[in-house]
Amino acid sequence: MNTSLPLDLESIDSSSVPPSPLREIWTSFSASRGALIAAAFFLLLVISAILAPWIAPYAPAEQFRDFFLTPPAWAHGGSVRFLLGTDEVGRDILSRLLHGARLSLMIGLVSVLISLIPGVALGLAAAFYPRFAGTAIMRAIDIMMALPSLLLAVAVVAVLGPGLVNTMIAIAIVSLPSYVRLARASAMSELPRDYVVASRLAGAGQLRLMFNTVLPNCMAPIIVQATLGFSSAILDAAALGFLGLGAQPPMPEWGTMLASARDYIERAWWVVTMPGLAILLTVIALNLLGDGLRDALDPRLKKLA
Amino acid sequence: MFQFIFRRFLVVVPTFIGVTLLAFALIHMIPGDPVLILVGERRLDPVFYQQALHRLGLDMPLWQQYLVYLSKLVRLDLGNSIVTHEPVLREFLTLFPATLELSFCALLFAIVVGLPAGILAAVKRGKPTDHVVMGGALAGYSMPIFWWGLILIMVFSVYLGWTPVSGRISLEFDIPPVTGLMLIDTLLSGDEGAFASAVSHLILPSIVLGTIPLAVIARMTRSSMLEVLREDYVRTARAKGLSPARVVLVHALRNALMPVVTIIGLQVGTLLAGAVLTETIFSWPGIGKWLIDSISRRDYPVVQSGILLVATMIIGVNLLVDVLYGVINPRVRHAK
Repeated sequence: MNTSLPLDLESIDSSSVPPSPLREIWTSFSASRGALIAAAFFLLLVISAILAPWIAPYAPAEQFRDFFLTPPAWAHGGSVRFLLGTDEVGRDILSRLLHGARLSLMIGLVSVLISLIPGVALGLAAAFYPRFAGTAIMRAIDIMMALPSLLLAVAVVAVLGPGLVNTMIAIAIVSLPSYVRLARASAMSELPRDYVVASRLAGAGQLRLMFNTVLPNCMAPIIVQATLGFSSAILDAAALGFLGLGAQPPMPEWGTMLASARDYIERAWWVVTMPGLAILLTVIALNLLGDGLRDALDPRLKKLA
Repeated sequence: MFQFIFRRFLVVVPTFIGVTLLAFALIHMIPGDPVLILVGERRLDPVFYQQALHRLGLDMPLWQQYLVYLSKLVRLDLGNSIVTHEPVLREFLTLFPATLELSFCALLFAIVVGLPAGILAAVKRGKPTDHVVMGGALAGYSMPIFWWGLILIMVFSVYLGWTPVSGRISLEFDIPPVTGLMLIDTLLSGDEGAFASAVSHLILPSIVLGTIPLAVIARMTRSSMLEVLREDYVRTARAKGLSPARVVLVHALRNALMPVVTIIGLQVGTLLAGAVLTETIFSWPGIGKWLIDSISRRDYPVVQSGILLVATMIIGVNLLVDVLYGVINPRVRHAK
């Protein structure tokens, strides 16, 4: 027997060792079947979005003049060349949806990032300096909350003009309040804790306290909110596209595709159905993912189920 | 009580002032010359330009312009539309009843379906009924409602021919507007066919607009009921031998309703945002469609005041809900 080791690793009962935090999160997350399926769907979506130029059968703008409004492959009159059918100018709907996934995911990612970072910084500032910064920031947030998010986004786009980039900016502005409020609330509940006081006494500066000490302990609700924010960003972007204020045709953005599909409601159900189904499934997956993450990361918020 | 209302009112004032600032700034944030934006013409001859600049007060310093804007607001002067030259407020008041009627029916639909669904899911917790309701609710609040509207039109209006595709009433009826609410006006006119037509025009838009509130209400009812059903007094009621229906509907539901009422109050924003999409799909002549049309027509005075009016309405409703809580629940009234 090797006596130089102070601990006999073999004899430790592994069941009494707490699992690593990541493992714990995974165990809790994977307990929900819905969350797992959602994660798998989302992963698939991300992969197909990244690989869209290679796996899509055609280019998103390529028009087949002999195949206007071809039904999906399984329907009467469909063609195997166009699995989900073609639209009014003979573009392959599957290819457009795959390329549209790139746009939707990019809109979601970019708008979450550009609202999460300033949102969290403002929220922390409001928590650390409640008297001046806090009051001013929270008043401004109240004003933004007086308008429902889609209307505020419409107002922002009315000022900036329609387009893909302005859509992302509008959505980022609109989702700012939720991050500010969340970051402020969780930072305020952490501030009086002993570890924060100890670190302050040890001489940590305000910035270090904010970002190194307090922020990591506020991350769980923020990550959950970011996931849910991702789904509402996709939904709002599609709504703006549908209203003609978002991405402009011929961009294969899902909402924009629906805007032009309205005229074919009487003779081509697939043109109307497919893009909306893509939006719906993606948003459902992200919402399930958010619920699963919430249960896994923040057991206090776990809903009664 | 009066003091409580006054205190709540004071909290709202800065928010309202902020919203007026936002609306005021809107015109100045649009890239381009505000004179051209407000007059709505691309090229103006210089003399007329100077006149317009002066008439619109744009030659004053910004803070003075803002004060003038506020004083006009107080006199309910919201400016004129560039396109129709009508006062914005008059247009708003003509169109608002249509949105009000639609939102009311949508909320009614959401409550009438959502509340029982939530109760059912809570009572049948873990059973297939629960899974179906919760799955439906998940789909409901993830729903792109503009697509949902198109699908419903496609199925019920185009394929089945059960409901009309758009508008508030068939063109054959000429109903004099009294209240602006089509259901009431058609009843007043005494024409049963017209009333039936108005109802059939309302069904699909109400379902579309009510879908997200329905899902939210069902979820909230379920979780609130689950919490209450574990309480001792519910067990006592059961032990007394009361019928299960009475325990659920009387003892549990009354106590579970408070959070549900809260969430219903919060749906006003959802409804107004959803109205923009729903009215666009169904060509419903309300304020949502009006706002979107104004944006595409670059009718900025309408956009500016429309946004102000919508925000004011939401602030007002939230204030009302806050005050109502105080009336219902003394604990809220006396909390600091």
